[in-house]
Amino acid sequence: MSLLSLNNVHSHYGHIHALKGISLDVNKGEIVTLIGSNGAGKSTTLRTISGMMHPTSGSITLNGVDISKMDPHAIVLAGLGHVPEGRGIFPKLTVKENLEMGAFTVTDRQAVEERMEYGFTLFPRLKERVSQYGGTLSGGEQQMLAIARGLMLNPSILMLDEPSMGLAPVLVELIFDIIKTLNEKGTTVLLVEQNALMALSIAHRGYVLQTGEIVVNDSAANLKMNPLVQKAYLGMD
Amino acid sequence: MNRFVQSINVNELIRPLGQLMVFSLGSAIALSGIALMLALVLDQTAVGLALQDKYNVTLYTYTLINLPQVVIDGLTIGFVYAAIALGYTMVYGVLEFINFAHSEIFAVGAFIGVEFLIAMDSSGLLRSASIGMSYLLLILAILLGMVAAGGLAVTVERVAYRPLRGASRLVPLISAIGVSFLLQDVIRLVEGLTTGDFNRIFPSFGNFDQRLNFGKLALGATNINLGISIKSIIVIVAAMLMLIGLNYLVNATRIGKAIRAVAQDRHTASLMGINVNRIISITFLVGGLLGGAAGVLYALKFTRIDPFVGFFPGLKAFAAAVLGGIGNLTGALLGGIVLGMLETFAGSYMGVFTMGAAGSEYKDIFAFSILILVLIFRPQGLMGENVGQKA
Ligand SMILES: Nc1ncnc2c1ncn2[C@@H]1O[C@H](COP(=O)(O)OP(=O)(O)O)[C@@H](O)[C@H]1O
Ligand SMILES: [Mg+2]
Repeated sequence: MSLLSLNNVHSHYGHIHALKGISLDVNKGEIVTLIGSNGAGKSTTLRTISGMMHPTSGSITLNGVDISKMDPHAIVLAGLGHVPEGRGIFPKLTVKENLEMGAFTVTDRQAVEERMEYGFTLFPRLKERVSQYGGTLSGGEQQMLAIARGLMLNPSILMLDEPSMGLAPVLVELIFDIIKTLNEKGTTVLLVEQNALMALSIAHRGYVLQTGEIVVNDSAANLKMNPLVQKAYLGMD
Repeated sequence: MNRFVQSINVNELIRPLGQLMVFSLGSAIALSGIALMLALVLDQTAVGLALQDKYNVTLYTYTLINLPQVVIDGLTIGFVYAAIALGYTMVYGVLEFINFAHSEIFAVGAFIGVEFLIAMDSSGLLRSASIGMSYLLLILAILLGMVAAGGLAVTVERVAYRPLRGASRLVPLISAIGVSFLLQDVIRLVEGLTTGDFNRIFPSFGNFDQRLNFGKLALGATNINLGISIKSIIVIVAAMLMLIGLNYLVNATRIGKAIRAVAQDRHTASLMGINVNRIISITFLVGGLLGGAAGVLYALKFTRIDPFVGFFPGLKAFAAAVLGGIGNLTGALLGGIVLGMLETFAGSYMGVFTMGAAGSEYKDIFAFSILILVLIFRPQGLMGENVGQKA
């Protein structure tokens, strides 16, 4: 049984039909990527999974539990971490407080300390800025903070929405390295990216989303060879 | 026990106390200075001569003699405004919405507290109450007012605001105005039906009406009476305790951190596992608790309440919140104290300073003109609109 499973999921914004029957699976231990151009519905897919919006039909299960009607805070408790598009850093909380927010539902103080230390070993830059307001960090630092905060929960699956957005190439490399490391240590990842090349370089499998529908679904290696993907998303002719 | 003591963030208790002191002293000194200067200037004019003629006292002396009482009255009402203003500002901080029904939540708190005391009075308990018992009953009345107002605030949010949360900003505002009228009429109906009268009088009991006299301060030939009524002490101390408690809740507890997170980014807060609806309810609860207590304290200080008792204090507290910087907790304290002081100074001195041309009935015009002036130059309020920031 897969860890996360979407079955024929539809989502609407008012009259806009944003997701038109999405089905996808993420198995334990995988990095699965969801690629597609701007407006395809990638963020909507993640928002629908994490309960920020509810699907109009279809089912979503996490660890076998139907989460499609649950509120976001309850889905977090079920083990889902979501690093949203735009990072969602609390601008007027310090770096430390932002990290503590990530562990809001964790009662074990010891675990919180350990995870925070782990975040600092991944991103030493955060430790230097620990008492600075989140809003004063650079874009790259905010992304680091968003990922570190997502890990505070020790989620069974971590969803990342365009972690490369707006970052310098060096930083993109660093962030992707860390995602790979996290995965090797056991974190399951659902990675949304416009940067298909980077995403496919670390993912095991991938889905291609076009105007609310999944058009291709294959292993990362095969997707890199797929003519449609090469033409539309990898900039090859 | 030791662990408990250790886990208390003492700094978060001392800091707001310091702020309250600074705001109180600062506005007292500034306004006293202005009043005394004006008095000195006007002493040689027709204004001073008229007073000299009538009461055989210089304007300066008159101003000085009255100062201690004016400052204490200003602080008393200022702290009440601050406690109400916090309700507006907390809700605004979290929802960017002005809860116009907050004035009636204050009024309901006042009525519940006073009705409880009236019931105690008619059962004969108040007359026979010892001093200790009187304080116990007063505290009980305040607590009842708080619980009623807090519960009401939560209910109003649940019934009248939450279903409209996705709508445009004007819609919940209209709903709030509607709730405000509705609650006024409910109070009127209930009070009218039970006694045929709309007014309620805070029963006289305990030693609250007495004054503590600290003797005289001799300034040259002038003796200034230093004293304070026990009522005023109770209002100031109770308001201070609440303000410090609220500050602690918001800045030093887990719930407070969640409130700040929801204020800054509701959607991301939900992804942290925070139950946003519950935090919003808690915000209304806390605002209602403070408003209800302020209602009972207001009734203690001013004795008579009617179903419209919330209107002016509510409006002024809202103005105080804007003056301080809406959404900013420290701003609400500052705004409340400044506004309370301003209107009390104006109410006490405008009459003599203008030879009776503009008496205390014009104090609100004066206070609000100042407020408008401040906002022209600082539209974000004195402390700025730091929504969700640590107070
Ligand atoms: N808040 C919203 N209200 C209305 N339509 C939206 C909203 N967010 C996204 N959409 C629409 O839904 C579709 C999918 O958007 P999104 O999921 O953000 O795409 P992606 O993340 O792939 O760029 C787009 O057509 C977009 O215009
Ligand atoms: Mg997107």
